[in-house]
Amino acid sequence: MLGEFALWIALLIGIWGAAAGFTGGRTGRADLQRSARNAVFALAVTLLIAVFALEWLLFARDFNVQYVAAETSRNLPIFYTWSALYAGQQGSLLFWATVLSIFGSLAMLLTAPRHRVYLPYVSAVVCLVAIFFLTVMLGAANPFARLPYTPPDGNGMNPQLQNPGMVFHPPMLYLGYISITIPFAFAVAALLSRRLDVDWLVAIRKWTILSWLFLSIGICLGMWWAYVELGWGGYWAWDPVENASFLPWLVMTAFLHSVMIQEKRGMLKKWNLGLILAAWVLSIFGTFITRSGVIQSVHSFTQSPVGSYFSVFLIGSVILLTILYVTRLPLLRTEAYLESLVSREATFLFNNLMLVGIAVTVFTLTVFPILSEAFTGNKIQMKPPAFDLVNVPLGLALLALTGIGPLIAWRRASIPNLKRQFAVPVAAGVLAAAGVLLLGMRQVWPVITISLASFVLGTVAQEFVRGVRARHRQYGEIYPLAFFRLIARNRRRYGGYVVHTGIVMLFVAFTGMAFKIETEASLKPGQSVSLRSPYGWTYTFKHLGVSQYDALNRQVTAGTVIVSRDGKTVGTMVPEKRQHVDSFGRPTFEPSTAVAIRSDLEEDLYVVLGGVVGGTETAVYRFTINPLVWWVWYGGLVVALGGVIVMWPGGTVGSNRVATGYAAKLAAETKVTGA
Amino acid sequence: MNRRSFVLTAAGAAGAALALDRTALLGAQTPARAAQAPADSLPDGGAAGQLADPDRAGRPLEPITAKDNDAWIQGIEKRLQCTCGCGLDVYTCRTTDFSCTYSPAYHRQVLALAAAGMNADEIVAEFVSEYGESILMSPPRRGFALVGYYGPWLAVGLAAVGLVLALRRWSGRAARTAPASTPALPAPTSDELELVRRELQRFES
Repeated sequence: MLGEFALWIALLIGIWGAAAGFTGGRTGRADLQRSARNAVFALAVTLLIAVFALEWLLFARDFNVQYVAAETSRNLPIFYTWSALYAGQQGSLLFWATVLSIFGSLAMLLTAPRHRVYLPYVSAVVCLVAIFFLTVMLGAANPFARLPYTPPDGNGMNPQLQNPGMVFHPPMLYLGYISITIPFAFAVAALLSRRLDVDWLVAIRKWTILSWLFLSIGICLGMWWAYVELGWGGYWAWDPVENASFLPWLVMTAFLHSVMIQEKRGMLKKWNLGLILAAWVLSIFGTFITRSGVIQSVHSFTQSPVGSYFSVFLIGSVILLTILYVTRLPLLRTEAYLESLVSREATFLFNNLMLVGIAVTVFTLTVFPILSEAFTGNKIQMKPPAFDLVNVPLGLALLALTGIGPLIAWRRASIPNLKRQFAVPVAAGVLAAAGVLLLGMRQVWPVITISLASFVLGTVAQEFVRGVRARHRQYGEIYPLAFFRLIARNRRRYGGYVVHTGIVMLFVAFTGMAFKIETEASLKPGQSVSLRSPYGWTYTFKHLGVSQYDALNRQVTAGTVIVSRDGKTVGTMVPEKRQHVDSFGRPTFEPSTAVAIRSDLEEDLYVVLGGVVGGTETAVYRFTINPLVWWVWYGGLVVALGGVIVMWPGGTVGSNRVATGYAAKLAAETKVTGA
Repeated sequence: MNRRSFVLTAAGAAGAALALDRTALLGAQTPARAAQAPADSLPDGGAAGQLADPDRAGRPLEPITAKDNDAWIQGIEKRLQCTCGCGLDVYTCRTTDFSCTYSPAYHRQVLALAAAGMNADEIVAEFVSEYGESILMSPPRRGFALVGYYGPWLAVGLAAVGLVLALRRWSGRAARTAPASTPALPAPTSDELELVRRELQRFES
């Protein structure tokens, strides 16, 4: 009752906030501007009350509430009772709206005084987006809807969601999606107020990095969850929901690179604004894909009838934004021109081409069933081979540009400069390629990947070595101190290099999947099977037996396998089959698998218990050796670390530069109008 | 009893209790093995014991044969899509989702067609004739599917050409708007260098 009441109040507050924000921004009335700002705070408070009410119902196991009955059961562990808030459709919409209102409040509080001119419109946009989510909740997906009866127990949470990764992965992705709304709101504010100089970019810088960081962490956690929970032995399958999270990440990454050109040279204003608007549209598209079930996905537990709401909102938003964007194009003229094809600006543009090219590919292939049905009447699904056909070469080109970009000077690079910059990284790349070829690697893509990865690492290492040496020479600092201060004094640049290092680690880790080895076996107790690792050693998996026992909310059937490497025992692995049950012991879902994984830096041993033969202890297993998987998670950590360094407050020389706009353009850059 | 024998006795009792506790724990966790212990046949695998509740272990499975691990058979199954809704290929589905009944049936069909002497393409063609093209993991490269395979390449290629042309135009414009000549700068004096160093230091601090 309290929760639903809070939703209605929040809707009214949102409507008022949007109206006051737009009117206050347009007329300049200070009272309306203040009121719009306060409306965002009030929205956050009322939505937090609704969240508190829903959590209360979840923990109280009030099964008369439809959402509680659908997502929990009496025997659901407390850990997952908390995450039940966003495990289902209705709760996740409430989570979305609440976090948006909190981010909106933070934007109101943390925006520097010189950028507050945008805030009335920002509050209006935040309120508008919140109104949409509240309308969906109150119209089609009410988290507080009640059943005509009270079941004795709930259905329980989907077993695939009962995984620690799923406690953190969805909120991280949502935080990424939702935080894009703040830079988007500033972009719309800049368009509406016609203040399209560099100020709005400065205002959103931290927000863009924050949302990129959340998306990066969310995507990596999603990969981890897919790997440990789904049991197919991989971490990325170009599933529509995975793609939906990848799309805004690609566009945000493109923006984070191209915005540097606008900050330094006053170029690409139209492009950057377009990227921010596109990133937001894609974040809503991502939520739409996840929530609507319009495209077949392994995330089928989220399907529901809210798709029509999202469709209308998406189409309406795209039309309005296009009109707004087109009408402001005359105000978005460039202030300088690119001087040479061999310049950092040009490499950034090609970097953008690759990122947006991959985004266009992923988007097209993801919605291909809809497109093909619209044009031909037949649904054609494009699967991983089609995605790989385009994305592997484009991804490798992008990897090459990751190394080339930092080596080329701004404006124009000279031949001597290029020779000096490229010598070490190119040598690193060539040596790495020669090394892996000598070691016997013959697969084309892995060899190219490892060579390019070494080239990029050579670039990063060279940048760090030169910077540290310069500080050592100039200030007499010892090398470790010089290294620390080098990063601390220019966090954006060197944090970016840390991100590049993480990306390199990810690319190298992806090559490991080319060497994946697997086999199936049905083993009686005492029998064993051997697999030869790509590194040359042999693993033997010996089946000891099958045990059955009850856990809190499941009945477990576990196989025990002793693993040895070249005859030396390295450990025991216990994959499980789990039959989840409610508090009365009644099965709630189909039996699920819990994979046993043994990881080290070289490879993962991945064992799945498929089941048993004829009700005996003869177990059917799938044994897989997945090389380099740990480097995916380490790479993700390094990317996140780089992101944190970039957005850590203070210390960035660049912020001082941008705070003054690009007024300090070089004399040769003549202001040109009419572009 | 002296102090030494007391300590030894206590340690022995504690060890025995722990061992008993461990046995009890294992027993509690492995009722099937405890109940069927005589039938276990380590180390070489003879008759396997019956599980206490086989239904908990999911759908009963058939023993794996050499054909199931045949790379040629797996290669065919990786070209076919399971229709259970998982979106995976037949091989991955049958070795992942052990509750699926579609992928094992497709697997048996592949084995039967292979035993009848068909080659890989003929087996795939047989599946297409029976289930339609939606059974394929990669739709044939014809008709509207060409848009999916080559459309992105075409778009990126055209964008790359456009970008190069635009860059050339922009760089030409920049050259036209640049000053005709830039006077050569004299080499900095040591005082000037020191001034720059101090300014940089002040700027970074």
